[in-house]
Amino acid sequence: MNDTPTPDTGAPILRSVGLRKSFGSLDVLKGIDLDVKRGDRIAIIGGSGSGKSTLLRCLNFMERPTGGQVILDGERIGDARVAKDGSETITYRERDLMAVRKRVGMVFQQFNLFPHMSTVENVMEGLVTVLRRPKAEARERAAQELARVGLGDKLDVYPGRLSGGQQQRVAIARALAMDPEVLLFDEPTSSLDPELVGEVLRTILSLAEDGRTMLLVTHELGFAYRFATHVIYLSDGVVHETGTAEEVFRNPQRDKTRAFIARSSEFSL
Amino acid sequence: MQQYEWDFGAVLAYWPMLLQGLWGTVAISVLAIILGILGGGLVATLRMSRHTPLRVIGTIYVEFYRNTPGIVHFFWVYYALPVVANVNLGPLEAAIIALATQSSAFYAEVLRGGIQSIGKGQWEGATALGMSHTEALRRIIVPQAARRMVAPFVERSFEIIKTSSLASTLAYGELLYQGMQVASITYRPLETYTLLALIYFLLLYLLSSLAKLAEDRLQEV
Ligand SMILES: Nc1ncnc2c1ncn2[C@@H]1O[C@H](COP(=O)(O)OP(=O)(O)O)[C@@H](O)[C@H]1O
Ligand SMILES: [Mg+2]
Repeated sequence: MNDTPTPDTGAPILRSVGLRKSFGSLDVLKGIDLDVKRGDRIAIIGGSGSGKSTLLRCLNFMERPTGGQVILDGERIGDARVAKDGSETITYRERDLMAVRKRVGMVFQQFNLFPHMSTVENVMEGLVTVLRRPKAEARERAAQELARVGLGDKLDVYPGRLSGGQQQRVAIARALAMDPEVLLFDEPTSSLDPELVGEVLRTILSLAEDGRTMLLVTHELGFAYRFATHVIYLSDGVVHETGTAEEVFRNPQRDKTRAFIARSSEFSL
Repeated sequence: MQQYEWDFGAVLAYWPMLLQGLWGTVAISVLAIILGILGGGLVATLRMSRHTPLRVIGTIYVEFYRNTPGIVHFFWVYYALPVVANVNLGPLEAAIIALATQSSAFYAEVLRGGIQSIGKGQWEGATALGMSHTEALRRIIVPQAARRMVAPFVERSFEIIKTSSLASTLAYGELLYQGMQVASITYRPLETYTLLALIYFLLLYLLSSLAKLAEDRLQEV
């Protein structure tokens, strides 16, 4: 069913098989096979417009794939219907997609914090509204998560009064509070002032130490090298090259990958 | 040119009639606003529906009211609706129906404008946590939209209060109609309409001050 090498043991927590996504006549993803095991940290790199965000967004169904499958912890998402000619169409029920999103968290480039709620309320929101936890318990949990990202002293501050780096750390705490099995980051530092990038990257690295399963889209190749167990180079809607961080960055096999990495001036190992 | 002698006393002697008119204006306005908010919620839901036919119905409704003069609605409800729907309508009922259906269209646009002014990122932040569309709307979108809707909502409500004067054409005893009566009894239209303008002004000015207070309370957070 899938021909990517699987050096690690253990069943994948998240897989995609032949994942496709088109916007009208624009084919953005042309069949992506992906295998994410527990504890994997996958960096997705590629030129702008190559479909990195779309791939992430298909994995938690912020976008509905137009073909292929997403398999979460062995369970195939969506209802497949096989036509007489053997072709398959998958329909998605909103309820199932909501269940996936509870388990696959996402951190956005623009943070997307809720400005009408304090920091702690932002982090509590998913616990209270989605997981239906009692308020007091949710508050306690939220405070823990905020302490973990170094914002234990900002509980009652509104996002508008925080720096970009602090806002992004709140967003990370908000995603963590749901205790997701997989965490997706879409260019989490791209909208930050350079001096604020470090604090967010350190926070993400600290999650790596906890063994979190993460997929990260980034332009910071130096960080990707330190962060990732595996790297995917996306180009023209396909996985052009994949391997360990060591393999892809130190010894890229294909010209295009080599050129992409060479072009990224910021990348110095 | 001969000097006009102002005599407000003659008009003020009929203050109970004017007070009754003021009450009439307040009554139909309040009813129209309440019904308009309910109807506006419904029309806004249609306007923003995922289903095209519902969206089209909502759009036609809003465009109809936006592109026809209010007085036509009053006449149509009073003279045509009873025939079409085979019901009996007094001036009060007709005025309220005309005003409420019209305000539904306008409030729907206030609601829609407020909700659509909230960026896509807020929807995404909410859905990425696993919220349903309704949960996202209730917890994230509407609370933020509400703050932006206060000003246009007040604006529209003022339009409704002023438009309620059209009910005078159906001989419903609101402020303008009562004023017309007083003017014809006293032969003092200058004083009467000056006074009417003053009463409308004070009423709306009082309300706008209250609205300003409410708005400040909402912005505080
Ligand atoms: N909602 C959408 N509607 C239409 N086209 C889109 C949409 N989202 C992304 N695209 C297009 O898909 C391509 C890939 O976009 P994206 O996944 O955001 O790329 P990347 O994140 O790698 O920069 C781009 O050409 C973009 O314009
Ligand atoms: Mg992107």
